[in-house]
Amino acid sequence: MDTSLITDVTIFVLSLLVGFEVISKVPQTLHTPLMSAANSIHGVVIVGAFLIASTAHSTVGYTLAFIAAVFAGMNVVGGYTVTDRMLKMFQRRPAAASKDANADGGRP
Amino acid sequence: MGAFRVVLTLAPVALDPVGRAAPSYAFEDGITLILLLAATCFVVGLHLMNAPPTADHGNRLSAAGMVVAVAATLALIAHDGTISTTGWLMLSLGGVIGSGFGLYLARTVEMTAMPQLVSLFNAVGGGAAALVAIADFVRLAGIAHAPTIAARTSVTSVLDVVIGAVTLSGSIVAAGKLQGFIPSNPVVVPAGRFVNLVLVLAACAGTGYILSGANSDLTLIGIALASLVIGVILVMPIGGADMPVVISLLNAFTGTAVAMAGFVINSLVLIIAGALVGASGSILTKLMADAMNRSILNIVAGGFGTGDQKSVIGAGATGQVRSVGADDVAIQLAYAQKVIIVPGYGLAAAHAQYAVKELADLLEKRGVEVSYAIHPVAGRMPGHMNVLLAEAEVPYQQLRTMEEINPEFPRADVALVIGANDVTNPAARRPGNPVSGMPILDVDKAKSVIVIKRSMGHGYAGIDNELYTDPKTAMFFADAQAGLRAIIAAVKTLVGVD
Repeated sequence: MDTSLITDVTIFVLSLLVGFEVISKVPQTLHTPLMSAANSIHGVVIVGAFLIASTAHSTVGYTLAFIAAVFAGMNVVGGYTVTDRMLKMFQRRPAAASKDANADGGRP
Repeated sequence: MGAFRVVLTLAPVALDPVGRAAPSYAFEDGITLILLLAATCFVVGLHLMNAPPTADHGNRLSAAGMVVAVAATLALIAHDGTISTTGWLMLSLGGVIGSGFGLYLARTVEMTAMPQLVSLFNAVGGGAAALVAIADFVRLAGIAHAPTIAARTSVTSVLDVVIGAVTLSGSIVAAGKLQGFIPSNPVVVPAGRFVNLVLVLAACAGTGYILSGANSDLTLIGIALASLVIGVILVMPIGGADMPVVISLLNAFTGTAVAMAGFVINSLVLIIAGALVGASGSILTKLMADAMNRSILNIVAGGFGTGDQKSVIGAGATGQVRSVGADDVAIQLAYAQKVIIVPGYGLAAAHAQYAVKELADLLEKRGVEVSYAIHPVAGRMPGHMNVLLAEAEVPYQQLRTMEEINPEFPRADVALVIGANDVTNPAARRPGNPVSGMPILDVDKAKSVIVIKRSMGHGYAGIDNELYTDPKTAMFFADAQAGLRAIIAAVKTLVGVD
């Protein structure tokens, strides 16, 4: 086993642990946006699409890079946009707990 | 930094006769550090999602990290100089088409359709990860007289391809079921398990062949195709109510596939991001499975309503049900002090979130304390019901989790159940039936219960809900939307709130 593999595995395991730690604190209310945000983060695979495009020199290579770019682009842009849309809904009327504020339509 | 030096170069440099320019380590180290910054943004961004007020900053930070990662990678490949004009063209064309489509979907999707969209993004993420490994493998295999591809590359490539392809097809099937293109009830694939077994064995054989040193890209593509079929067969038999678990699981798969792609192309940021998503998906999968008191294996093997449990449907105890009209419900609600609304997916299906909010506002004006009891699996994905109610501008402070709200039911004058069924069935507290052991909302402990429901039909578990025959339960038979509108009108006329 080469050291770079060991390093990679170490990073993977530590990142998993960080992920468990950070994500277990997210409240149930935000689970859908959380999953959507995580979805956007795995859109970082677009970096992979770039790298395969950079070494492609055949029709097959170009086709694969093209499809990967379509997939990853959709993932990144769509993911962040829809997460933002959802989270804005949780921003409305941040202190609306009081009934008085509700009564006279304290809407933004 | 020595160990990180190769982090962004493609595959072991020794294998690469494509004439890469002598690497300038200072530049590559700089890029690696910038990508580490991007990964940090992802972690901190997720951390900020631990409270609704900061959550959108978290998402923005994460997006900023993504922009940084993309820019740094573009700088790297431009500096590297191996990319051809066609390569640039494919990248920009693909990126623009994909982004445009993603943007369109993200802007137009209805909140009820969110699970489908998340599934679709899972699918493309997993697909892209698999393609990265395939493309890298094809490139390496295409190099004449190249030495055997290193085991670390081939093992991670196979894992990436298998997980990515299963996610791609499985998520598309899940999205199709949620959207209604594919029947959402469990579809039993003839001899599905046998076919899957054969495919898994074939994939294993292919893996063995590749590991034995054959640089066979066709074998890898064969494994990818087999995995696509496995994904379809896995998800087809899973029913609609189990979708929260399936989506979470596929989300975890996607993350893992992306991390594997990171191993293949030696990319630090892919490994970190993939691991974060893998962790997130795993946690949600566990939470969802616990909320249904079922093991993940049991769900993937096909569960509720797949056949045997149908026999549980007994002779309906419809005789003792007390049916009421909108006026009775309105009076009861208007003179209550504390009302707990229990929404289920039926509410969302009837697009009645806004009607619920209107009724709640009306009651609050009269001084009634209103809160919402949200079961973890209400909706079609984790937290789905919260988003649906947030869209209708219900303040998130009123959305209470099962653990928070259960002790409050005994103090509630009325529990108003709309479109929820199995998660309110007291039978879950007894052993010996399909919902046994499932954590439920203690609706039956409220002083009185009103259920808005179209008929006495069963939930996904296929059993009678004992709550409906409880003497303190009143059934208001109506569609959620129409029923709520009738109640709102009745409250206004009878009690005189304008």
